[in-house]
Amino acid sequence: MSTEKSFKLDGKTIPFEDGDTIMDAALRAGEYIPHLCHNPEFTPHGSCRVCIVDVNGRQVSACTQPATENSEVINSSEQIMSQRRSLLQMLFVEGNHVCPACEKSGACQLQAVAYYTKMLSPHFTHFFPQRTVDASHPDTAIDFNRCILCELCVRASRDFDQKNIFAIDGRGIRSHLVINSPSGELGDTDFSAEDKAAHVCPVGAILPKHKGYERPIGDRLYDRKPISVVGDVAAHEFDQE
Amino acid sequence: MAEKLKVATASLCGCFGCHMSFLDIDERILDLVQLVEFDRTPITDIKTIGDCDIGIIEGGVANAENVEVLREFRKHCKILIALGACAVNGGIPAMRNSFTLKECLEEAYVDGIGVDNPMIPNDTEIPMLLNKVHPIHEVVKVDHFLPGCPPSGDTIWTFLTELIEGKPISFPYEQIHYD
Ligand code: SF4
Ligand code: SF4
Repeated sequence: MSTEKSFKLDGKTIPFEDGDTIMDAALRAGEYIPHLCHNPEFTPHGSCRVCIVDVNGRQVSACTQPATENSEVINSSEQIMSQRRSLLQMLFVEGNHVCPACEKSGACQLQAVAYYTKMLSPHFTHFFPQRTVDASHPDTAIDFNRCILCELCVRASRDFDQKNIFAIDGRGIRSHLVINSPSGELGDTDFSAEDKAAHVCPVGAILPKHKGYERPIGDRLYDRKPISVVGDVAAHEFDQE
Repeated sequence: MAEKLKVATASLCGCFGCHMSFLDIDERILDLVQLVEFDRTPITDIKTIGDCDIGIIEGGVANAENVEVLREFRKHCKILIALGACAVNGGIPAMRNSFTLKECLEEAYVDGIGVDNPMIPNDTEIPMLLNKVHPIHEVVKVDHFLPGCPPSGDTIWTFLTELIEGKPISFPYEQIHYD
């Protein structure tokens, strides 16, 4: 026991193994650090920055930062929470998120993390970008309005399905999701609803067709309990069907 | 007894669902009227706003009249509240922002299925539409936001009682949702 390495997360002792990130160790210990682009099945990406924590006075993303012996990690101070809220508000205003008209609502990780940080308003000025919907595939629809560029579909398609169907093109504010086919449409790829990439999107950007609004309000994934208790969308992908 | 707080409400580009939800506080409205007095609101049908303590806005800003009413509210209310998804982020009406105003009008009044006598209405009595629908915080300063489509009667009740009692605003988990 005494040889076990550990760090402190909000004052709590969290054991870790060599090679663990702060996120790995926290998840194993059952501690919740809010995140969107992280999914323990894939290589960490560190892009959404929602898992920002304070380590000995420096701010880092917990999903990419290696755990270090005896460090003091702050996860739930009001300062960290308000920075996360600002990041989420920026994600909301740079896309088109009309939750009342979204099939993912109630079981959406962006929403759930926003509830967790007590975000009540988008605060910033909306971009209202012009984006499209790709309904070319028989089983799966893509609504680019809701993509948060987490690259989980990119990672799943490349590293798991070995299909390389998705990529992020452009830089900075012009970054956007593209589909690897001559027409740019999903229907012209070998994408299948059985692919891992069809089951990792944390928001309502990649959606199964022919169903929607199946669970009544009050009975959806995050209606009664917060994400810190319920866990990620991807972890419940199949119990929702 | 202390003087009653004055409250005004208005629906801009919304569906009146938030006002209906307000009425879902049911018999608690009897407790509320012990504490507040309604000024301009669809409930009293008073059309002009006097000086108020609390202004509650449902709906986003979609036309010139919405801008005018919203500015009047800001001018006359000490505390201004965005009630519901449309006031908070534009909501369903803001889905028209994916199209030009011309496209929307042509779809509704010229090319749409079943349109008879196609003509875009142009009576001077009709307020001019804005190019885009905006949440109210993009036009005036807003003090509090209550998301939800609509926020439940319980959410509205929690908020109003905390506000009136001068307590910090906080909600039970289930009372905050964006849909
Ligand atoms: S993806 Fe999530 S946040 Fe975006 S509209 Fe759908 S439910 Fe709302
Ligand atoms: S489509 Fe979904 S999984 Fe893919 S990058 Fe966008 S938000 Fe992430």
